[in-house]
Amino acid sequence: MKESDIQNDLTSIRSMMERSSKFISLSGLSGVLAGIYALIGAVWAYTIVYGTGGFFSYRDYVIENVPASPERLMKLIGIALGVLVASVTTGIILTIRKARQKGQSVWGRTSRQLLYNMCVPLFTGGALILILIWRGYFGVVAPASLIFYGLALINASSITFKDIHYLGISDILLGLLAAIMPGYGLIFWVIGFGLLHIVYGSVMYFKYDR
Amino acid sequence: MKLPFEKLDKAFENRLRLQIMSILVVNERYDFNSLKELLDVTDGNLASHLKALEKEQYITVHKAFLGRKPNTNYAASEQGKLAFKQHLDALEQIIKQQK
Repeated sequence: MKESDIQNDLTSIRSMMERSSKFISLSGLSGVLAGIYALIGAVWAYTIVYGTGGFFSYRDYVIENVPASPERLMKLIGIALGVLVASVTTGIILTIRKARQKGQSVWGRTSRQLLYNMCVPLFTGGALILILIWRGYFGVVAPASLIFYGLALINASSITFKDIHYLGISDILLGLLAAIMPGYGLIFWVIGFGLLHIVYGSVMYFKYDR
Repeated sequence: MKLPFEKLDKAFENRLRLQIMSILVVNERYDFNSLKELLDVTDGNLASHLKALEKEQYITVHKAFLGRKPNTNYAASEQGKLAFKQHLDALEQIIKQQK
């Protein structure tokens, strides 16, 4: 047995341990794009929720005391769904592309596990938020979506890059802050879904995509 | 001084068997089809090496059915995990001696 054989053995052990247990084809670029979509959506939503009043003036939810609120609510839900669909679609397309480059199966054991780990907290949170919107608690949307998204990321991080773990913790902290300051929900939402996605997406892009 | 080459496990001389064992020590269970896909090998080749590891009692086999399709899962036994660790230790010693 030569030294090169041993090196090859060790390389293949390492590679198999990683590839069998982690989905390493998540695209960092899709995180950056999702962050940009979220920023665009947030600016749009801002004009609907707070009107065009001063940015730092006292704020309250316009939708709660304006007669045309169902229409505004539908618009907001529409924007949120638009951002979600655009982000998920971009994520899927870019991840498939990266998986092909890396020769990892897109619909294999690890990707299914990753999806499951993310979906349990996401759907729980999504259902809870819809129920609370229906009962009139609009203020819960920003903190709850950040917290449940953060939990989903932490739950997913054991199956993929470790960086996701810290993004999850940051989102949970932001969600709790948003709960303390309900009037500023959208700002925390912009930081959590917009800025942090762009920051972490760029880090992952430079670390793993290239 | 005793040559550490002797401590290398004969069962892991084959690269594919070593790879199978690497997968099974980090995952609780792994099914046949996922193994095949990950290792990019033929059914027959994979089956014969799994059989060899099973014979050494390094892995355990769990047969089940998903609907009508057979779904066979493999897991590393305690004995297998120990053997794998000793094999890695032996590799480490060889590298150290060559330095």
